[in-house]
Amino acid sequence: MALDTVAIAETTPDSIQPFAQLGLKPDEYARIKEILGRRPTSSELAMYSVMWSEHCSYKSSKVHLKQFGDKAPKSDALLVGIGENAGVVDVGQGYAVTFKIESHNHPSFVEPYQGAATGVGGIVRDILTMGARPIAVMDPLRFGPADAPDTRRVLPGIVAGVGGYGNCLGLPNIGGEVIFDQTYAGNPLVNALCVGVMKHSDIKLAKAAGAGNLVVLYGAKTGGDGIGGVSVLASETFGAGGSTKRPSVQVGDPFVEKVLIECSLEIFAEDLVVGIQDLGGAGLSCATSELASGGSGGMKVALDKVPLRDPSLSPEEILMSESQERMCAIVEPEKLARFLEICAKWDVTVTAIGEVTDGDRLVITWNDEIIVNVPPRTVAHEGPVYNRPLAQPAYIDEVNAQVVQLPIPHTAAEIKATVLELAGTPNLADKSWVTSQYDKYVQGNTIQSQPDDSGMVRIDEKTHLGVAISTDANANWSYLNPYQGAKLALAEAARNIASAGARPLAVTNCLNFGSPEDPGVMWQFAESVRGLADGCLEMGLPVTGGNVSFYNQTGAVAILPTPVIGVLGVIDDVRTRTPMSFDVAGLDLYLLGDTYADLAGSEWAFMHGQRVGQSPTADLAREMRLIEVLLAGREEKIFSAAHDLSQGGLSAGLTEMVLRNSIGATIALADVGISLLSESPGRVIVAIEPSKTDALSTLAAKHHITLTKLGTTGGDSLTINDAVISLAELRTAHTATFPKLFG
Amino acid sequence: MRVGVITFPGTLDDRDAARAVNVGGAEAVALWHADADLKNVDAVILPGGFSYGDYLRCGAISRFAPVMNLVIEAAGKGMPVLGICNGFQVLCESHLLPGALTRNSDLHFLCRDQEIEITNTTTAWTSSYSAGEKIVIPLKNGEGSFQCDDETLAQLEGEGRVIARYVGENPNGSRNLIAGISNARGNVVGLMPHPEHAIDTLTGPSAQGLGFFTSILNAMVK
Repeated sequence: MALDTVAIAETTPDSIQPFAQLGLKPDEYARIKEILGRRPTSSELAMYSVMWSEHCSYKSSKVHLKQFGDKAPKSDALLVGIGENAGVVDVGQGYAVTFKIESHNHPSFVEPYQGAATGVGGIVRDILTMGARPIAVMDPLRFGPADAPDTRRVLPGIVAGVGGYGNCLGLPNIGGEVIFDQTYAGNPLVNALCVGVMKHSDIKLAKAAGAGNLVVLYGAKTGGDGIGGVSVLASETFGAGGSTKRPSVQVGDPFVEKVLIECSLEIFAEDLVVGIQDLGGAGLSCATSELASGGSGGMKVALDKVPLRDPSLSPEEILMSESQERMCAIVEPEKLARFLEICAKWDVTVTAIGEVTDGDRLVITWNDEIIVNVPPRTVAHEGPVYNRPLAQPAYIDEVNAQVVQLPIPHTAAEIKATVLELAGTPNLADKSWVTSQYDKYVQGNTIQSQPDDSGMVRIDEKTHLGVAISTDANANWSYLNPYQGAKLALAEAARNIASAGARPLAVTNCLNFGSPEDPGVMWQFAESVRGLADGCLEMGLPVTGGNVSFYNQTGAVAILPTPVIGVLGVIDDVRTRTPMSFDVAGLDLYLLGDTYADLAGSEWAFMHGQRVGQSPTADLAREMRLIEVLLAGREEKIFSAAHDLSQGGLSAGLTEMVLRNSIGATIALADVGISLLSESPGRVIVAIEPSKTDALSTLAAKHHITLTKLGTTGGDSLTINDAVISLAELRTAHTATFPKLFG
Repeated sequence: MRVGVITFPGTLDDRDAARAVNVGGAEAVALWHADADLKNVDAVILPGGFSYGDYLRCGAISRFAPVMNLVIEAAGKGMPVLGICNGFQVLCESHLLPGALTRNSDLHFLCRDQEIEITNTTTAWTSSYSAGEKIVIPLKNGEGSFQCDDETLAQLEGEGRVIARYVGENPNGSRNLIAGISNARGNVVGLMPHPEHAIDTLTGPSAQGLGFFTSILNAMVK
C-alpha cells in the first residue's frame, strides 16, 4: 500500500477510508475531518480510532465518572488524582503509594494465558510510570460455572498466565477473588491490581515539557501483536467469532518487563526524565499524544526510527501496535548519554525517536514525509463524549418484588450439612489451587495474603510501616440494586482492611459491565457510579483512579453488573496487625454488628438458583463506627483475631477461622439457620482473651455497635449448638472442590 | 565476613538473600552478573528468580555470565557457594553440582510452605542445624523436580551429599525426595526451597531458614 501523507490527504479529500472497520462511527469520522480541516491520513485515522475507542476515551462513561471529582471528599492524603496513569496517596513517613486496577477481560477469553499475563504486565507498567517500585499485585477473577467445560479451558490458562507473568516479575500476589456465575461464561473477568511505593519527591507525570527535549522509546521492539486491541477487542461485543480475534491479543515477555522495571527505577533514581508514559492500550498513538498534550502540545516524532521486531510493519500498524514492555520518556539532551548507559547496562533497546517542539502540533514523519499532523489534545483528551440513553431495566421491579424461598436448617443434621455444603461450594471453597500458583513471598515484605481478609505488605523494614489492600464486589447485590451494590462493595473492602487494623485511605475501581448501548446496562452503570461516588463522599475516601470495562456480553446476555472496588489503607506497625484467626483455645468469640434475615443475593440463594428480592441497604455511618472499633481494638490490643463476614455469612466466616490454624470452636446461636446464612453487611467476628471482655463491651458501646457472644475457641471440631463438625471433615469439604474441578 | 549476592538480569530474590545474610550476621555484598571480580567476598549466594527469563533452560544462559567463571574458580578453591532455586539450577548448568531440575510433576508453578529434613550438617551452609532437624520454609518454583541418573543418585546418597529432603508427599517429583545437594567437598550447596524467605515469622512461615545464613559464619573461609 502506498504511503498516505498529509500532502496526499489534502489533495484527495474524497478517498474512501475504512473508518467503520476501525471501530469509528460516521459522526466520529466527520468530527475528525472537522478538527483537521481535511480528511485524516491513514495514520491519523489509525491513531484517532484507537484513542477514541471506548477503552481509551471513556466516551460512554465520562459524564458519569466526573461525579468522582464533583463529590470528592476533602483528603489530605491525595497527592495525584484521577487522570494520570494511577493515583498517588500519602501514607506518611515521606512515602507515597500508588495503586490501580485494570481489566483485561476480552483478551483473556480469546487467549487465556497471554490475556491474563499481559493484564498483569500493563497494570505494573502503569504503576512504574508514576515513578514507583511495584511491590505487589492482586487479581480479582470471575468465570462461568465452575463445572462448565469452557471454564476448564479458561480458568487454568488465566491462573497460569497471572502466575507466569507476576512470578517472573518478582511481585508477590497478595489476594483477589475467584467467583463463578453463568453470566461470565464467554466473558470471564480478569481484573489486575498493582500497588507501588515511592518517596514523595519521586512522583513522575506523563508530560512532554521543554522544547528540544528528546522523545526516547525504550524496552521491547515493536511487533505486530495486539494491533487495535483496544478498539477491536475491548470495545465491542463478542459475536460467535470470538476466537478469530486472536491476533489482537498481545504476547507478553515478563523477563523484558522485569529488566525494564529495574532499568527504569535506576533511571528515575538519577532524575533523568522530565516525563514518562508506558505503552499499553493504543501503544505509540497513546504515548505520544498523551505526553504531548500533557505538556505544551508540540512534538515531532520520526516513526521510521522505531525499532521493529517485524520490518514489514506499516506506519499505521506501528502506531496501533500494542506490543508489550515498552516505555516512552522525555529526556533533556544533556542527560541522554547517561540514560543510554543505564539502558546498555540492562541490555535494553533504546532509541531517540523525536523531540519536544514549540507550538501545539504532534507531527509524525515516515522517512521525512509528514504522515500525522494533529493537535494532540484532540486525540488524547477531547474525544467524543456520549450521554447515552439509560433506563431502569424491567427486571428490577420484578425481582425486587419477589422474596427468596430457601431451605433453612434447624436440626443438627441439617446444620452440619449446610455448613459443609457452603464450605465446599466453588465460590466459598479453599482457593489454594489458584493461589499456590502465585509467588506470595518474593520481596520478603508480605505480611498478609489470601486467604486473609486483605493483602498487607510492609513498606519500611525499620519503621514497620505497611499498607493493606482489599478488592471486593458483590454482583448479586449489584444485580438487585446497583446503587446499593456499589456502596456495599466499598464498605466491605474498607471493612476487610480495617479488620486487620489498617485505616482505609483511598479507593480505586474496575467497573465491569455489559454493552453501554443497552439503556438497561447504562442505567446499571450510572447507578453503580452514583452509589460509589456517594459512598466515597460519606466515608471520606477519595477515588484515585480506575478503569471501565464495557461490552462484557455475549450476544444479548450481559454480565452481572460487577463494580470491583479496591480500598487501600495504612498501618503504622505491621507487627501489631490483628490476625484473621486465633491460634489458641480458650478465647471468647463475639460478633460485632447486627444480623437480619438478609438472604436475598446471598451465596445460599445463589446455590439455590434464586436471584430475587431486595439487597441490604448500606449503612455507611454504622460501617464507619465499626471501622473505628476495629482500629481502636487493634491499638488497645483487645483483639486476638478479627475476621470480616461477607459471602457465606457466619457459616463461611467460622469455617475459615477454625481451619486457618486448626483450632476449633464451640458456638451457641439463637435462630440458628438465619444466623448462619444471613449476609447482613457490617459484621465482624472477633476473638478476645476473656480478660478483655469489659474493654470490648466498653469499646462497642462507645461506638454504638451491637455485640453478641458467639462462643469459645478450642477443640478439634466446629460445634454449632448440637451440630458437631470435625475439623477434618470440614477441611475435606473446603479443600477438595478445586482439585476435583481443575485437577 | 562478606557474602556476595549475585544479581543476573531476571534475578528476583537478591534483596531477600541480602537481607537474610545481614540478619544472619554477615555483610551482604551486591555482585552483578557482568562483574569481573568478586569484590573480595568470602562466600557467594546465587539467589532465586528467572535469570534471562529461563527461556532456554533454567540457568542455562546465566552459566555463561562473566561472574560465573570467577565463581567456578573460587568454588574449586573451596569458597562456600549456595544456590537457591534458580541459583541451584545455575549451579547444575555450571556443573558445580550434578543432575538437573525439571518441570514439577504436576506441571504447575507451586508456592507453599514446605517441611524439609536437614540430612547433612557438615556442609558450609548447614552446620547450624542438627542432623534430622525438620524445618518449614517456602518452596516456590515451576521447575524444581531434581533428576539425575541412577549412578549419580547412588553416589549422592552413598557420599551423604543429599543435604535436605522433602518431608511427606513429594511436592514436585524429585528423585528420592531430594530438596538439596552438595558437592563432594561440601562447600557448594544447591537448595530448591527458599531459606531466605523464612528468617522471621512476620514475613515467612518460620524463622527456621536463618540457619543457612548463620552456618556460613562457622565455615572455613579462603
